[in-house]
Amino acid sequence: MAGRNWGKRIGMTLGAAVVLGGLVFVALRSGPMAPIRVMAQEVRVAPIVESVFGIGTVEARRAYAVGPTVPGRVLRVNVDVGDAVHAGQVLAEMDPVDLEARMASAQAAMARADHAVDAAAAQVRDVEARVRLTGRNLQRYEQLLGQRLVSPSDAEGRKQDSDAAKAGLQAAQASLAAARSDQARSRADHEALQKQRANLVLVAPVDGVITARDAESGTTLVAGQSVLRLVDPASLWVRTRIDQARGGTVTEGQAASIVLRGRPGEPHAGEVARVEWLADSVTEERLAHVRFHTLPERVSIGELAEVTLRLGAAEQALVIPNAALKNEGGRLGVWRLDGEGRVAYQPVETGLRALDGAVQVTAGLARGDLVVTHSERELRPDDAVRVADALTGR
Amino acid sequence: MINLAVRDVLHSWSKFVLTGVGLGLLIGVTFSMAGIYRGMVDDGKALLRNSGADIWVVQKDTLGPYAEPSSVRDDVYRGILGLPGVMAAANVTYLTMQVNQGVKDVRVMVVGFEPGQPGEPPYLVAGRQITRGHYEAVADVRTGFAVGDTVRIRRHEYAVVGLTRRMVSSGGDPMLFIPLRDAQEAQFLKDNDAIVSERERTAANPSLNRPGVPGLLEAVQASQTASRSVNAVLVRLQPGWEAEQVAEPIRRWKHLQAYTLAQMEEILIAKLIATSSKQIGMFLVILAVVSAAIVSFIIYTMTLGKIRELAVLKLIGTRNSTIAGMILQQSLGLGLIGFLIGRTAATLWAPFFPKYLLLLPEDALSGLVLIMVICALASLLAIRAALKVDPATAIGG
Repeated sequence: MAGRNWGKRIGMTLGAAVVLGGLVFVALRSGPMAPIRVMAQEVRVAPIVESVFGIGTVEARRAYAVGPTVPGRVLRVNVDVGDAVHAGQVLAEMDPVDLEARMASAQAAMARADHAVDAAAAQVRDVEARVRLTGRNLQRYEQLLGQRLVSPSDAEGRKQDSDAAKAGLQAAQASLAAARSDQARSRADHEALQKQRANLVLVAPVDGVITARDAESGTTLVAGQSVLRLVDPASLWVRTRIDQARGGTVTEGQAASIVLRGRPGEPHAGEVARVEWLADSVTEERLAHVRFHTLPERVSIGELAEVTLRLGAAEQALVIPNAALKNEGGRLGVWRLDGEGRVAYQPVETGLRALDGAVQVTAGLARGDLVVTHSERELRPDDAVRVADALTGR
Repeated sequence: MINLAVRDVLHSWSKFVLTGVGLGLLIGVTFSMAGIYRGMVDDGKALLRNSGADIWVVQKDTLGPYAEPSSVRDDVYRGILGLPGVMAAANVTYLTMQVNQGVKDVRVMVVGFEPGQPGEPPYLVAGRQITRGHYEAVADVRTGFAVGDTVRIRRHEYAVVGLTRRMVSSGGDPMLFIPLRDAQEAQFLKDNDAIVSERERTAANPSLNRPGVPGLLEAVQASQTASRSVNAVLVRLQPGWEAEQVAEPIRRWKHLQAYTLAQMEEILIAKLIATSSKQIGMFLVILAVVSAAIVSFIIYTMTLGKIRELAVLKLIGTRNSTIAGMILQQSLGLGLIGFLIGRTAATLWAPFFPKYLLLLPEDALSGLVLIMVICALASLLAIRAALKVDPATAIGG
């Protein structure tokens, strides 16, 4: 009887010990006394490429808006969106309205001016004949006066005739000049109308592709509005927006990799063609234009593109993952692991930063130093840690 | 000396232990309930701690950004950066939404942050921090995402590049960190169909689409899609500055609301989860009363079950205090077993709760004291019944 009781007593004690042990185990594993599980990595030497990532849209470097210089109505549009056009091709015409009639009127005015010139010339010839006649008469009378065959008053009468004829010649010559000026003016008027007529024909300024047809025949436009827009497809580039915080070292000529939204798995090579002087102060982004080395087919203007620019590289760099990098009290640094499972904060200076998360350390760490990359919670100096292979998954 | 209580328990120990286990599970539920409350408070504190800010600058006259919606212009931070005592100031947006995770969808709080600034996830458990200014995300492990997954938020797909943990909203939703520009867009950008129909609506408005004013329509449409707002500006102080010293000029001269860490905790804990905590408190009281009732009934029936033995004890002249002591010891023993099992059970099932459960050692300690007091009180009924037993029952029965 007593033995059985002892057995039961031992059993109970064991049970209690198991429960208590479990409790202590749970408290040490997940309670406040447990060491923090972390993942650590050695500082290693590796090549590193610093890149920056930006979002852009495909745009044409040169886009042309073709439209009338004066208000008017569209007569016909000859081309449609997507058509390839060559320089000088007639793209559209504006309605001339009364221009034809005004040209006919100008032509008539021109003919009339020609006739007026002819009439004035005839007049001049007529007066010239008179001048010659009165001149000869005057000569004859002056001889006769010398022989005293005519009275001085007769001779003076002839002189007066001759003078009047000379003045008449001057007047006739002046009216001929006036008629010639008139002729020139009406010619100029006619030419102006011809030029206006030509101006109503809209031609392509360069070889290109039509991208928009903004007006149809019958539409009334104000001066400056466009009928058609065309771009030079060879001038397509990507207008890329880069965060100002990272884009400080973007310069012309840097290599770029462009991924169009429509073809995510297909990077296209390119280079920075221009970095804009004007940055966007509202979105805090820099603007860079990136040119394709070879233009992809079927690219559309306005298409979204992801652009990765290669800013710099180092062959031999001390590299840590960016997950290790912290900012404590305003200083960049890492949690360094000592041999006894404690951590200490080590301020560092960084250099290049790669897109895959690698960060170059320029000061503060040496090759082979063990730094904490991942941790279960935020670390504090002298925290006890336990290095694990992975922190996710149960 | 023979301990009567132990002898009696040993007599039918399996029954005693099973009763203790049952009681333990009930106590475990009570601890979990307290843990849920503590977890809610800790969720709120984790939210504040992990944002790494000393001051929250939000829209004037709001309790934002967590307790109320708040919207400030995204260039406000520049003015704040110039104030004395400010080391860093960064824009941040918060947006709670459903995102697809595999076949199911998960409720997350999308946080827009600027890398290297306050608001960034302070530690990771896997992967790396964001390096691209767009279309990368860091997720809390509770979202169920793994490194390498893609997640679609509105119009764009984001690659999950890192995982973190204990990054939750005050409601316990896990966080998903994306770059600020993308988050601003996600918060205010509509879907494609809405954008197109909005454009058409604008174009149909004759005062915005006048024939004689080329370019007006385009200008109006461009102004409609821009978003210049964030939910809050997080401010980190230079060492040696008091939060209130910096918050006061922001309130006074910038015409914005600025909350210090202490004020933010007050908002989150006193205001945001006040009703929930009262609810849980009520439940805790009921559970305590039910536990007390169950313990007292168990002890009472155990005592009634051994009426004859008690009568014999009385007949052989055992003192009343010995009998009372035996019942009290058994009751306290039951309470102790219940406490141990309850505390262990609560710890073991805590990780399976969808929301965070925080079991504090001081809660366990006060729980133990409470259980002991309840057990002692519960045994009074049984002691009274035991003392009233007529010794004659031992012979007569």
